[in-house]
Amino acid sequence: MNILAAESENPLLPPLGEIIIGLIAFGIVLLVMFKFVAPRFEQVFRARREAIEGGIERAEAMQAEAKEALEQYRAQLAEARSEAAQIRDQARAEGQQILEGLRVQAQEESARIVARGEEQLATARQQVVNELRGQIGTLAVQLAGQVVGESLAEDARRSGTVDRFLAELDGMAAAGDGAVGARKGSR
Amino acid sequence: MTSSALALGGVLAAEGSGDGFQAPGLGEFYPEVVASFSVLGIDFEITRITIILWIATLALVAFLIAAVRNPQMVPGKLQFVGESGYSLVRDGIARDVVGPKGLPFAPFLGALFFFILANNLMAIVPLAQISPMSKFAFPLVLAAICWVMYIWIGIREQGAGKYFKDILFLPGVPKPMYILVTPIEILQNFVVRPFTLAVRLFANMFAGHMLLVVFSLGAVYLFQVGNYSVVFGPISALMAIVMTFFELLVIFLQAYVFTVLMGTYLNGSIEAEH
Repeated sequence: MNILAAESENPLLPPLGEIIIGLIAFGIVLLVMFKFVAPRFEQVFRARREAIEGGIERAEAMQAEAKEALEQYRAQLAEARSEAAQIRDQARAEGQQILEGLRVQAQEESARIVARGEEQLATARQQVVNELRGQIGTLAVQLAGQVVGESLAEDARRSGTVDRFLAELDGMAAAGDGAVGARKGSR
Repeated sequence: MTSSALALGGVLAAEGSGDGFQAPGLGEFYPEVVASFSVLGIDFEITRITIILWIATLALVAFLIAAVRNPQMVPGKLQFVGESGYSLVRDGIARDVVGPKGLPFAPFLGALFFFILANNLMAIVPLAQISPMSKFAFPLVLAAICWVMYIWIGIREQGAGKYFKDILFLPGVPKPMYILVTPIEILQNFVVRPFTLAVRLFANMFAGHMLLVVFSLGAVYLFQVGNYSVVFGPISALMAIVMTFFELLVIFLQAYVFTVLMGTYLNGSIEAEH
């Protein structure tokens, strides 16, 4: 039986040979671990970490780029908006200017029309006055002749009287004319 | 310890001499010597267990080399398994337990973890079914390496004076308490730590193997005994299977615990405060 052999052995006092065998076996594993396994695994871990970090970096770069593009678009949009506003303002100003020009033109036109009308009116009036003066003279002479009952055509004083009367009439007309002109100017 | 082991052996021998169930004893761990040789006066014995140790070691080396032979960014199955184990130790222990300066210890801790795991797994590999770690020599070797290493790292990182002074006179302890604390600290740092490290692993694998063997051989015996005991055979066989799964848990747990504890010892050596 093995038991009898075991009686001479103490399980906690191992033979030196076994200890050395154990040392060698563990030494081999240690060597393999240090020489091959750990460096290769570290390499893989590093590569993996770099891949992940590289991905993150790439994503960050992309995000920055997108942000930049957005800023650019916004700036462009703002620029376009301000430009549009400027154009609008300019157009409005131009319109105003044109309108102003037109108004001035229209006023000038109307003023000119009014002036011409007044001129015509004055001419027509003068004509009427001249005509009337002749007629009134003749009429007045006829009337006076009829009233007196005889022709005073040859009378020297006659012409003087008529002329005086006409001058008087003229003075009256001139005063009336001035009043009319003043009334027009106030309008 | 010695006398109780001898007494156990005596009882088992006495029982074994009868016609009844021959319970497995310490003999389990002292298999026949296949060959023996002597180098420089040291006797080397090739036994079943040393062969299993070599198979486990070579299988582990083969696995590790296969896993890193062609490392890819997106790992293959083999690389994934190796990477998971290595990451567990590298990130979970070297970085998180040992601390910020811990990454250089990742290969050592990884070797420790994988070596213990590979050897422990032999406890449930068919035909082998015994872990070399149930021979005290192998856990002892690992614990001794760890012991030397964490003391050396402590001296290297903190300086010999500060390292030993902090152990002898734990900072922040009232002076009279040193009478009590100093012997405990010395004992803990230089004796208890390596000893418990070795014994924890050894005893777990030893006891696990004994449990499996007892239930397995018990089942065989109960089936063969030829009387009503045969009804208990399946129960014993079932227990053997259940204990095998339990053993699988212990295998991983002990490999991890050994490595984590070494990580905390290294942490204590690297960082000044306790």
